[in-house]
Amino acid sequence: MTFFEFAGTVMPRFLAAVAVTLELTAVGVGAGLVLGLLLALTRVYANRVLSAIANIYIQFMRGTPLVIQVLVIYFGLPPYFKAVGLKPLSSLAAGCLAMALNSAAYQAEYIRGAIQAISSGQMQAARSMGMTKAQAVRHVILPQALRIVLPSWSNELIYTLLYSSTVYFIGLEELSYASMKVASKTARVFDSYIIAAVLYLVMVVFLSRILSYAETRLRIPGLSVEERGR
Amino acid sequence: MPNGKETHLGDVILRVEDLHKRYGKDEILKGVSLELRRGETKVVIGPSGTGKSTLLRCINQLSVPDKGRVWLEDVEITHARTNINHIRAQIGFVFQDFNLFNHLTALRNVSLGLLKVKKMTSGAAEARAREELARVGLAAKVNSFPAELSGGQKQRVSIARALAMDPKLILFDEPTSALDPELIGEVLEVMIQLARGGMTMIVVSHEMGFARAVADRIIFMEGGGILEEGTPTELFTCPRCERTGQFLRKITELYGETDGQ
Repeated sequence: MTFFEFAGTVMPRFLAAVAVTLELTAVGVGAGLVLGLLLALTRVYANRVLSAIANIYIQFMRGTPLVIQVLVIYFGLPPYFKAVGLKPLSSLAAGCLAMALNSAAYQAEYIRGAIQAISSGQMQAARSMGMTKAQAVRHVILPQALRIVLPSWSNELIYTLLYSSTVYFIGLEELSYASMKVASKTARVFDSYIIAAVLYLVMVVFLSRILSYAETRLRIPGLSVEERGR
Repeated sequence: MPNGKETHLGDVILRVEDLHKRYGKDEILKGVSLELRRGETKVVIGPSGTGKSTLLRCINQLSVPDKGRVWLEDVEITHARTNINHIRAQIGFVFQDFNLFNHLTALRNVSLGLLKVKKMTSGAAEARAREELARVGLAAKVNSFPAELSGGQKQRVSIARALAMDPKLILFDEPTSALDPELIGEVLEVMIQLARGGMTMIVVSHEMGFARAVADRIIFMEGGGILEEGTPTELFTCPRCERTGQFLRKITELYGETDGQ
């Protein structure tokens, strides 16, 4: 069997795994963005107690490996879930949850940095015309901060995609896990991993393209004009 | 020329009583009191670091004074139960470095407050914003972003932004200090039109020509307090304090008499 014949036969399994990888990435980054935004706003604008709590969460999630977080959520929590009468999470739900909780901590730090990079005059101008703090954040600070955050957010998206392979530890068949299974079943180890690698690469290139398109579209005219000197 | 004549002035619209403000060890305001009447243009001058900007910022509570009270008409701004957002919507503020919203066009900069604070419909807000931009001579720039405008144009947008809210008064915090000399005139011209049109305003400025041309009264501040207050004629011809005279001579030497006409 040639490489391409082999690839053709195993492709359905790989594509199913790609779907899982994309789902983990989408939920991880999407839910992570919502939670990360809340954490960042809490860090910057909330009172000291709430800000400290958000900070502890962020430090904890960034200071422990994703694999431990996945294992805790999938294997560590179910006894406690049972105690309060909840059903244990499926491996997909546990994987998504872990990815989201983890990514939120990183995204919170990116967003916080971007918010703090906005000149304080922007807030003052908004407040001086009678806007509430919430309105000022919503209409003046965040639209600018989120534009600043977009490049590092692209990195976060790619990391999340690549690190989603971590859920292999809880037996969830995403792309890395599928390639390993196929490799050991068919003994075409090199081919299996190369197929997985190419699929990852295609996803990364595709997502980067979308994001750099978004960056161009959202660019503020007159600002950040790139001038290349010699 | 309103110089020296105050017959066009109305009742007291803003009253500042014994304002004190301290940043750490430095006492920036040491008990400032003043009254502003409807239609009045007050120009505040004085060396840098004497609390002129802090005074303006304490009036609309961008800085919270340690002591003292401020009234807008019969509402005490400094009272803890006063809705400060409601008050600020009635007091325009023009910043030295413009502080235009960088992500919005000139039009949206002006209409944002109308939409979000005054809750106008988008059609009405846009029409009003166009009108105000035309008034400051920027009808052709409605769709430009701040980064595409010159300093003078930016400051005129920010004046339009303040005007659109129909403020009872406007506070100008050194509105021309961040501008290149050749751009100062276009901003002063707009401000002169406003002053002559009966707008109530306090202007912190080093533009003596402007002060002479439109100030009803000039306040000279130094060391956190008001040293002298009077009509331009009084201050420029025979200041009561020797210090005021010294400052005026020095500043005129430095900045000349550009009056933006």
